[in-house]
Amino acid sequence: MKSPASYRYASSHEWAVASDGEVRVGITYHAQDQLGDIVHVELPMVGRKVKKGESVAEVESVKAVSEIYSPISGLISGVNAALAGSPELINKEPYTHGWLFAVAPDDVSELTGLMDAAAYDTHAGH
Amino acid sequence: MSLRRTPFHAFHREAGARLIDFGGWEMPVQYQGILEEHRACRSAVGLFDVSHMGEVRFRGPEALAAVQLLVTNDVSKLKDNQALYTAMCNEQGGIVDDLIVYRFGPEEVMICVNAANRAKDYGWMVAHNPLGATLSNESDVWGQLAIQGRHAAALLQTLTALDLASVKTYWFTQGTVAGIEGCILARTGYTGEDGFELFLPAGAADVLWEAVHRAGATFGLSNIGLGARDTLRLEMKYSLYGNDISDTTSPLEAGLGWVTKLDKGDFIGRDAILAQRAAGITRRLVGIEVEGRIARPHMAILHDGAVVGEVTSGSQSPSTGKNIAIAYVSAPLAAPGTELSVDVRGKAARATVVKTPFYTRPY
Repeated sequence: MKSPASYRYASSHEWAVASDGEVRVGITYHAQDQLGDIVHVELPMVGRKVKKGESVAEVESVKAVSEIYSPISGLISGVNAALAGSPELINKEPYTHGWLFAVAPDDVSELTGLMDAAAYDTHAGH
Repeated sequence: MSLRRTPFHAFHREAGARLIDFGGWEMPVQYQGILEEHRACRSAVGLFDVSHMGEVRFRGPEALAAVQLLVTNDVSKLKDNQALYTAMCNEQGGIVDDLIVYRFGPEEVMICVNAANRAKDYGWMVAHNPLGATLSNESDVWGQLAIQGRHAAALLQTLTALDLASVKTYWFTQGTVAGIEGCILARTGYTGEDGFELFLPAGAADVLWEAVHRAGATFGLSNIGLGARDTLRLEMKYSLYGNDISDTTSPLEAGLGWVTKLDKGDFIGRDAILAQRAAGITRRLVGIEVEGRIARPHMAILHDGAVVGEVTSGSQSPSTGKNIAIAYVSAPLAAPGTELSVDVRGKAARATVVKTPFYTRPY
């Protein structure tokens, strides 16, 4: 699957996209494919202050657990509540309904330090 | 060193399997996905390539007695065409491997060993053969497929004139399957389902794979990788060598007392196991359910803030949705209903000791 061109990407396989003053964060198609069937997600508390690169969530598949790092600094402004009952949304729709959490960024321009889709696809070996 | 491949390797590639290094073998961990494969085996029938397992043949007048000295279970009770699950121990009572013993006749026995233990086990058997049975390592001679699930017997019956209904659990038969002579069909498995393990001449792998798939189409047959093989066995609390049992765990600790016949006469490890029983078992392998989090191997088990054990296997149960695990815990805390916690990356998750298996098949 091609990575959405309007998103930005971290080398640790998170995506980030800005909309309405928030930055939504999820994991890439490549990341969920490597993990396999996702069965559990641990999400951060809304209001938590996070730094870029900080471990803020966990995604668990049948076989493995993966830490999720915030690609941007700010305050956690929301989490995807649908994942509690349907963690498989991350496998099915990693770039839309499978998002993990949103950050109210300290400085949204921090996103420009992340990879664009073409650079990420090369990084992920696609 | 390059990874070893089974005779079915090309079929795994063709089926789009994700291949991993499993104890030096390049094996399929999944085809369609672990959950889907797990459910397919529980609801219909699954096909597993288990050719990486090893086979050792014992022959001669002392074959049965030689095996009796090596293993914890009582081989003398076996009849021809009967199979037996057992542990094989070292002098300290640690488990060298867990095995299935097949009695072919009064002077012929075959033993199926775990893939990662092939060389270790064969070396151990050769070194502990005081009665002089004739041993041969046939691991490269055989391919092995497991056909597991409620439709396994019906599927296989379409491929053979052998009467499979008369082969009861832990018995086996020999004959022609899909035109291939010299196959062994044993009603055994590692899933908790009804099913068979089919030993076939390695050179016939192509014929058997294609025949099982052709016959399987009407039964909803799915290929199953090692990922679902692990969740299926975990739901049954079947031990995985290297995780739940090892050279340093005894059969009594591991809940394998039912295959440890201390009154059958001498066998390697018997004295140590008797001494351990007399002194009291200090830890036991139990099943636990964990609330909210998934326990993984090596996580600490806590009770009143103190470490009282360690997780050896854990996942979410695809059949029940519960988070299940196998763990060694201090013996006084091994009773079902005992409340414990699991240290999940620094956070304590509540856990309860439960009766096992975690899953019971509905037919």
